[in-house]
Amino acid sequence: MATQVLMPALSPTMEEGTLARWLVKEGDSVKSGQILAEIETDKATMEFEAADDGVIGRLLVAEGTAGVKVNTPIAEMAGEGGAASAPPAPAGAAAGTTLAVSGPLSGPVAAVPAPVKAPQAAFPDWPAGTPTKTMTVREALREALAEEMRSNDRVFLMGEEVGEYQGAYKISQGLLDEFGPKRVIDTPITEHGFTGLAVGAAFGGLNPVLEFMTFNFSMQAIDQIINSAAKTLYMSGGQMGCPIVFRGPNGAAARVGAQHSQDYAAWYAQIPGLKVAMPYSAADAKGLLKAAIRDPNPVIFLENEILYGRSFEVPVLADFTIPFGKARVWREGTDVTIVSFGIGMTYALEAAEQLAKDGLSAEVIDLRTLRPIDYDTVLASVQKTNRCVTVEEGWPVGAIGNHLSATIMTRAFDYLDAPVLNCTGKDVPMPYAANLEKLALVTTAEVVEAVKSVCYR
Amino acid sequence: MAAKKPPETPNVSKDELLHFYREMLLIRRFEEKAGQLYGMGLIGGFCHLYIGQEAVVVGLEAAAKEGDKRITSYRDHGHMLACGMDPKGVMAELTGRAGGYSRGKGGSMHMFSKEKHFYGGHGIVAAQVPLGAGLAFADKYLGNDNVTFTYFGDGAANQGQVYETYNMAELWNLPVVFVIENNQYAMGTSMKRATRSRTLWERGAAYGIKGEAVDGMDVLAVKAAGEKAVAICRAGEGPYILEMMTYRYRGHSMSDPAKYRTREEVQKMRDEKDAIEHVRELLLQGGHATDEDLKLIDRDIKAVVNESAEFAKESPEPDLSELWTDVYA
Repeated sequence: MATQVLMPALSPTMEEGTLARWLVKEGDSVKSGQILAEIETDKATMEFEAADDGVIGRLLVAEGTAGVKVNTPIAEMAGEGGAASAPPAPAGAAAGTTLAVSGPLSGPVAAVPAPVKAPQAAFPDWPAGTPTKTMTVREALREALAEEMRSNDRVFLMGEEVGEYQGAYKISQGLLDEFGPKRVIDTPITEHGFTGLAVGAAFGGLNPVLEFMTFNFSMQAIDQIINSAAKTLYMSGGQMGCPIVFRGPNGAAARVGAQHSQDYAAWYAQIPGLKVAMPYSAADAKGLLKAAIRDPNPVIFLENEILYGRSFEVPVLADFTIPFGKARVWREGTDVTIVSFGIGMTYALEAAEQLAKDGLSAEVIDLRTLRPIDYDTVLASVQKTNRCVTVEEGWPVGAIGNHLSATIMTRAFDYLDAPVLNCTGKDVPMPYAANLEKLALVTTAEVVEAVKSVCYR
Repeated sequence: MAAKKPPETPNVSKDELLHFYREMLLIRRFEEKAGQLYGMGLIGGFCHLYIGQEAVVVGLEAAAKEGDKRITSYRDHGHMLACGMDPKGVMAELTGRAGGYSRGKGGSMHMFSKEKHFYGGHGIVAAQVPLGAGLAFADKYLGNDNVTFTYFGDGAANQGQVYETYNMAELWNLPVVFVIENNQYAMGTSMKRATRSRTLWERGAAYGIKGEAVDGMDVLAVKAAGEKAVAICRAGEGPYILEMMTYRYRGHSMSDPAKYRTREEVQKMRDEKDAIEHVRELLLQGGHATDEDLKLIDRDIKAVVNESAEFAKESPEPDLSELWTDVYA
């Protein structure tokens, strides 16, 4: 009996991919372990192989097809000695053949959904009429790195797998070729050591960009980040500087469990001496990373794996930067202020869209940087809407939202018509099970509910 | 019967011996004064004295050239004086005054001088080790021939980041001299209660780093070893490890009653191995100086130290606005 070969998920966050090439044709006998096809994600090409012996029946998806969803039948396969069935079984009816994936143990790969709609620009970051191009957050980060490395030869990139492997998440793809091993430096797996070493290099006059494969691993090195990088300018009475950028993906990806799914926004935002950026859009990722690399202070730059593959409009400008401490109003509104940053913006904007259908007008603010925080933009908005909901992925105790609530209470108490509500991740380590993980994360529905609550609807 | 070994006549000039004598004496008298000021409540918090270990920094500074860097732990007063920082600025930092190197904001454990290439003064045990390798990384990247002296103690030698650093320093041939100041006690824990390793420098072999143990109470031996290590690093064949066998006479910090060792042990070191006495004898026996000459030097040093103490007392506390400065560049 024929079975179906299904499009495999090649990483925790992959939802679709391109069937780049078939390595077998209809009628071929294949052995277990034989490579059937090459599948391209937006960051890598992976080979994938047959799990059983058999004969290839029909190829259901032509090579070169992009946007093939995970679990779509891509071929039929008959068991050994059997014949391939003529008509394809309806998707989901036949048992999917188990397929083993070969190739490098992949960092997760994000799919490429449609570009996020251009904001109703209440806060233009670039002059009207500037041409833009659509690019992913990943491409924007790479472009920022390359541009800054071209313009300052003291800027170098260091981290695990940033060079020859081309980046665990492909942010540094191609940089080794352009800048060579002196400036794109693969380290051993030694976070505590290489973080201290990079901070020392910054003391010594260089501008390191240090990649943590994920920010979870920065905890191995947090002493060097806080005690050495953040405090030395102060302890030296202003003599020593530490111009360094610590960057990498932060927060939950998908299904990677408690030790790989944590949002460090509130942790690092607590530390005087550090600057902290957490961009949502590709334009902000590019503009803020360029600003971070030029900043004379240590900067924590929190990226997000799920956002890496999202596309946005980015201005085509010779030198585009975004200043720290300047929030962006993504959507103007009159009934409630929703404040978020990073991936939280996804839920904030979706909620605003849904609320609009219910006749509630939400103003959505992206803080973009968490140290410094643009209090003025938040307070001005709250003074207009009289209500505020904050959205973040991190835990509820000591959250950025807590701090905003306290600030709004202190500085705009008389303007409030309702308590400020904080939408956060749940107060538990991240579970692995798909249903529990969904429950642990902040959701659009929760934001909608919180807004309705503060609007007494 | 074997012939009696003739007394060694080291190949060292009178001027150099006098320089060593002055520099080591300055550190000792400075530290004694710091101890007094601590007792008077003028210095607060933690204060770790360097008395007994003076030959290490003085010998190594004699092997350094302009541009070389140094970084160490919180037991840092000696390193600062040896690299030419002003005793007044160091003492005023100890008293938390505006005239201190960090304008009173760093204290005993956190002091820096960019001008003298002194990169701290670090309060977290062993944190300075990867930082020091990073300074060396910067010099190599910039293509100069500077060397970084990265000092740490026998206690720090049990921190994991030391070995992470060894691994990278050898992998990338960084021009760093790792100087282990083995004063035999990590706070109150003797080395034999902390490790089965017989030596600390041999641990470098696991990473391919060469090194040696040095009599850290003999400033001439220290200088010779330093010159060798520096030459290796300047030739692009670093890093190198020097394990300085030394001894601190005083407690770990001012509040340490030092119950973990006997008075006799300390006295024996003072009597038999004291680094300053050693140079004093070489000066007198070699006919380079008379008792009277050395007394004059002692007097000069005392004057310098007293002047630093007066400055540290009279310098005003930092302006209250300093609370908010230097958080960001």
